[in-house]
Amino acid sequence: MPERILMDGGAIARTLNRLSHEIYERNKGLENVCLIGIRRRGEILARRIRDLIRENYACDLPCAGLDIGMYRDDLVSNYFVPDARANSLGFDVNGKRVVLCDDVLHTGRSVRAAIEAIFDLGRPASIRLLVLCDRGGREMPVFADFVGKNVPTSRSEFIDVRLKEIEGEDALGIRGADPAAGARG
Amino acid sequence: MLGKDMLGLYGTAAEDIVNILDTASGMKKLLTQNLKKLPHLQGRTVTTLFYENSTRTRCSFELAAKYLGAGTVNVSASSSSVQKGETLIDTGRTLDAMKNDVIVIRHPMGGAPALLAKNVRASVINGGDGMNEHPTQALLDFYTMREKFGSFKGLKVAILGDIAHSRVAKSNLFGLTKLGAEVTMYAPATMIPQGIDRLGAKIAPSREEALRGANVVMGLRIQLERMQGGLFPSLSEYNKFYGVSEEHLRLADKNAIVMHPGPVNRGVELTDEVIDGENSKINEQVLNGVAVRMALLFLLCKNRQGGSENE
Amino acid sequence: MSKLLIKGGTVVFPDRVERADLLSQDGKIIKIAKEISDKEAETLDAQGLTVFPGLIDMHVHLREPGFEYKEDIASGSAAAVAGGFTQVCCMPNTSPVCDNAAIVGYIAARGKEVGLCKIRPIGSITVGEKGESLSEMGKMKEAGAVAVSDDGKPVSDARIMRLAMEYASDFGLVCLSHCEDKSLAEGGAVNEGYNSTLAGLKGIPRAAEEIMLAREIILAETLKKRVHICHVSTKGGVQLLKEAKARGVAVTAETCPHYFTLTDDAIVTFDARTKVNPPLREAEDVEAIKAGLADGTLDCIVTDHAPHHEQEKNVEYNLAAFGISGLETSFALSYTALVRGGVLTLTQLADKMSAAPARILGLDGGEIGVGRTADFALADLEEKYTIDSKKFRSKGKNTPFDGREVFGKIKYTVVDGKIKYKADER
Repeated sequence: MPERILMDGGAIARTLNRLSHEIYERNKGLENVCLIGIRRRGEILARRIRDLIRENYACDLPCAGLDIGMYRDDLVSNYFVPDARANSLGFDVNGKRVVLCDDVLHTGRSVRAAIEAIFDLGRPASIRLLVLCDRGGREMPVFADFVGKNVPTSRSEFIDVRLKEIEGEDALGIRGADPAAGARG
Repeated sequence: MLGKDMLGLYGTAAEDIVNILDTASGMKKLLTQNLKKLPHLQGRTVTTLFYENSTRTRCSFELAAKYLGAGTVNVSASSSSVQKGETLIDTGRTLDAMKNDVIVIRHPMGGAPALLAKNVRASVINGGDGMNEHPTQALLDFYTMREKFGSFKGLKVAILGDIAHSRVAKSNLFGLTKLGAEVTMYAPATMIPQGIDRLGAKIAPSREEALRGANVVMGLRIQLERMQGGLFPSLSEYNKFYGVSEEHLRLADKNAIVMHPGPVNRGVELTDEVIDGENSKINEQVLNGVAVRMALLFLLCKNRQGGSENE
Repeated sequence: MSKLLIKGGTVVFPDRVERADLLSQDGKIIKIAKEISDKEAETLDAQGLTVFPGLIDMHVHLREPGFEYKEDIASGSAAAVAGGFTQVCCMPNTSPVCDNAAIVGYIAARGKEVGLCKIRPIGSITVGEKGESLSEMGKMKEAGAVAVSDDGKPVSDARIMRLAMEYASDFGLVCLSHCEDKSLAEGGAVNEGYNSTLAGLKGIPRAAEEIMLAREIILAETLKKRVHICHVSTKGGVQLLKEAKARGVAVTAETCPHYFTLTDDAIVTFDARTKVNPPLREAEDVEAIKAGLADGTLDCIVTDHAPHHEQEKNVEYNLAAFGISGLETSFALSYTALVRGGVLTLTQLADKMSAAPARILGLDGGEIGVGRTADFALADLEEKYTIDSKKFRSKGKNTPFDGREVFGKIKYTVVDGKIKYKADER
């Protein structure tokens, strides 16, 4: 199945820039705001937003990656040992207004795990969710506060986020299911 | 495939051993980061049923179970209650009735875990039975060796000490021969059991020959009661003719590691310099023990919940 | 006047096997012929069956008095006749020990009261089987003892054994020696060798048996007295006996079915039903035992029937009791392994299981002939069946042979011309 590009590098850059302003506006400033990105793409996005806020507002927000491997809800049902890393944010999350960043919001399970992971580290004042793409298909009562692009999809479609830091280019693409491969979430 | 129980390595396939070691790698990675809160055994109960004293093995199992989220219960039975009082099967059935999932048993008599396993629904792990086997100790030894050498093929393992009474030596022998290592043993003739060569061990003609070119040098604990039983005349004579000093260690491969299941009689099986030397893995063995036991509990409980249908 | 006519069977005589009818009256065989008809006699149709002289087991444990939860004389007698045995000699390790005339008399009387097979008590060699002072052998003989033994325990002190052989001979009694050097055997549960190392169970070396066996031979030889060696299990033991017999030493010896049918490979699953003393040995021992039976070094086959309660076996191997419940499997195991296995002829098997023990102990019976006691075991040699301990008459279900397929089903047992056992199905 051919891939359809929904966002190219330019679109992603513009979107992230817009989201950085939204964070400022929604929080009425940047006091106590911190960025936490779900490893690995969420962390990259969080760092980019931190850099954009630094450029736009001359403010250096605390920013860290979060490993949710130990918090996944399928550890027992799929029975595996997670390849997880210990979380240490490098700042105190207590009382912080957390903006949790991820690339794609789908079932909401990763976000649930991330919230649990954050609470193991402290008690933030609030947690808001930022995603580059909301593809729908929620299985948890989770919604995103900051959305780059809404892309209603079916379960059989693939959303593919590519980032310079990993794949060497920035792009958001969608592909239909490969009929031979069977449906996959 | 691992079954309900882990009774020994004689009946365990090489691929199952490798699977346990691979799983233990994942566990150790988490442990070294202080990540010890896995949910896999949540709601399960692991009982340690020890008819012999042991701090290290029991502790290791208990921590392993706790890190996987299990509840743990410790039952200590003095050796006198083995002779009289409740039978092992009745004890097992009582634990079963209390909905135990795993029973880790240590017992002074060979075959006790097998007897228990036959009579309970719970998974039974052999934590050492008489002179028979001590599979989890051997598994952690394998883990330690693999971490250092990467593979077992052609690995030369020298085991020195009371082979006749050592379940550790036997479990090591059973597993290592399956994994492709060469096992050489040396001990006073009074401590070499009949037929051990037919089980795959090479009996060295001298301490020096046992150590020559060895990649792994494993000392075994000498029990004082063996001396009282006349198997050797004195500790100092033992050390002089059968112990391993730094000088002897030079005969081994230059990258050789030193292991010992503990607790060590310093200056008897191994000299202080050997125990505390840079080649010594004796302390690392302890952490590896927790990882290996986590892996084993993890895999046995996977079988219990029919985890395969979720794969 | 009671008559029994056994008609149509194939009869195992001391020197031949042939078709014959047997007529007995008041417990004695009165006529043997190709065809007999007697309207007054009760007729037992032995068509297709082989008639052996009543089997004699000179080494059983009936546990009464004292251990009736394991076995008693009634259940033991029932097991004996179910196994084709018409006489069994019971060892004195009861509680109290059968070391005096009163207990010998009690056991003999209980045997008569039960009235199935003939119970022949064996008195102890030493008081309380303690190995210290001689029992009252003369009085025990008067009360019915057929031999003396401290079976279950060796007589460790060579001087006591010497005195026992000498003193017993005054009363025509033979000492049955359980050969076991305790200093070598102590704490052991299985044969010392590959399998003991594999299973991590403490071994009993062959030397423990052979050292004392050699002692008994030397004593018998120097004293010119008789001695009988119990349950020989090793190749070395057979060799010692063979040499002694060649020198003319008055030594006789027995072995048990488990020593020529099982090796210690059976112990590695820690199934305590395989725990027996002496322990199961290795393949070369099994071969030597068979050869010893074939060449006459081993005179007879006994069961060492050692019934135990289930709870004494369903425990850790080290804690389990030694012994196998053997009365109900002995004939089929022996016939299958030895006759079908080409080691012995039918007449030789009858000798090992009947005539030889009678000779050794001076018992009536053991052979089929006119004027002899009308004790018979009738077997269907072609019937193949699976050993099932649940069907045992013995209280002891402890057998490592459960599930084994054997040939040679005992169909009838006749004691003193009376049918005392009839197999259920027929």
